Amino acid sequence: MKVKVIVTLKNGVLDPQGKAIQQTLNGMSFSEVKEVRQGKYFDIEVSTTDEKKARTKAEEMCKKLLANLVIEDYKIL
Amino acid sequence: MKSSVIIFPGSNCDRDMDVALKKFGFKNQMVWHNDPEIPKSDLIVLPGGFSYGDYLRCGSIAGKSKIIKSVIEFANSGGLVLGICNGFQILTETGLLPGVLLQNKYQKFICKNVYVKINNKENKYFKNIKKEILELHIAHNEGNYFCTEEEMKSLNDNDQIAVTYCNEKGKEDEQFNPNGALKNIAGIFSKKKNILGMMPHPERMIDKYLSSNDGNFFFENLIENLK
Repeated sequence: MKVKVIVTLKNGVLDPQGKAIQQTLNGMSFSEVKEVRQGKYFDIEVSTTDEKKARTKAEEMCKKLLANLVIEDYKIL
Repeated sequence: MKSSVIIFPGSNCDRDMDVALKKFGFKNQMVWHNDPEIPKSDLIVLPGGFSYGDYLRCGSIAGKSKIIKSVIEFANSGGLVLGICNGFQILTETGLLPGVLLQNKYQKFICKNVYVKINNKENKYFKNIKKEILELHIAHNEGNYFCTEEEMKSLNDNDQIAVTYCNEKGKEDEQFNPNGALKNIAGIFSKKKNILGMMPHPERMIDKYLSSNDGNFFFENLIENLK
């Protein structure tokens, strides 16, 4: 089965890429864009079919590698 | 004195480091990341570069690689581990040093000479060093040191701030901060001061015909302190 994970920067952590994207969108006449925060999305195929087990494993993966908890939050979809 | 430089796929300052270490008398060995073990060493160096193409986060893949387990064991038993640039990023990703190196504040890869001030000389790296403000080179896209408030308190309480960006007279000011790093931090120690991670490259400053030679003070002093 597939597990989907989103990793985002915590509030208050500087995101220069997000800022550059926001400024570009503003320049493209999307004047309503106030802020962009860029994140990462992971599509993980796991061998188990047990959803609970897969989510527990994904949580462990997030804590150990996919996210750096000093600056990032993760969400398992 | 024996040293080992660990090479990851994408490391690119490993040979400069080898030249620098040998110039000052280290018997240096190059260790490939897949080698089964690290030879007996007085110093392990994680060099600069772009290990594993900076995938995921800078240093994150190297920070979980097989060989890094031996580096962590060596560090935890009190061994000297020096991480320069990407090496510093790897050390934070392993958890051996607190915090993280974020993308530079002004979205630019910075490649220039800077001045750094040595903040703590009570350690093997800087004890008796003849110069306290060094002109060194930086070349990075992710050098903006960041940590939590608790981590910063702990860094201050334990005198772990090793080097800070400044001007040639040692003035630390936001205008001399190239990348937005908290408190102008260019490098930090572990609590026991056996691990040093820093963004500037002393190995690029060992020949006055090529650059400056302030890196000489660093290496000359380090090997003396290890004898």
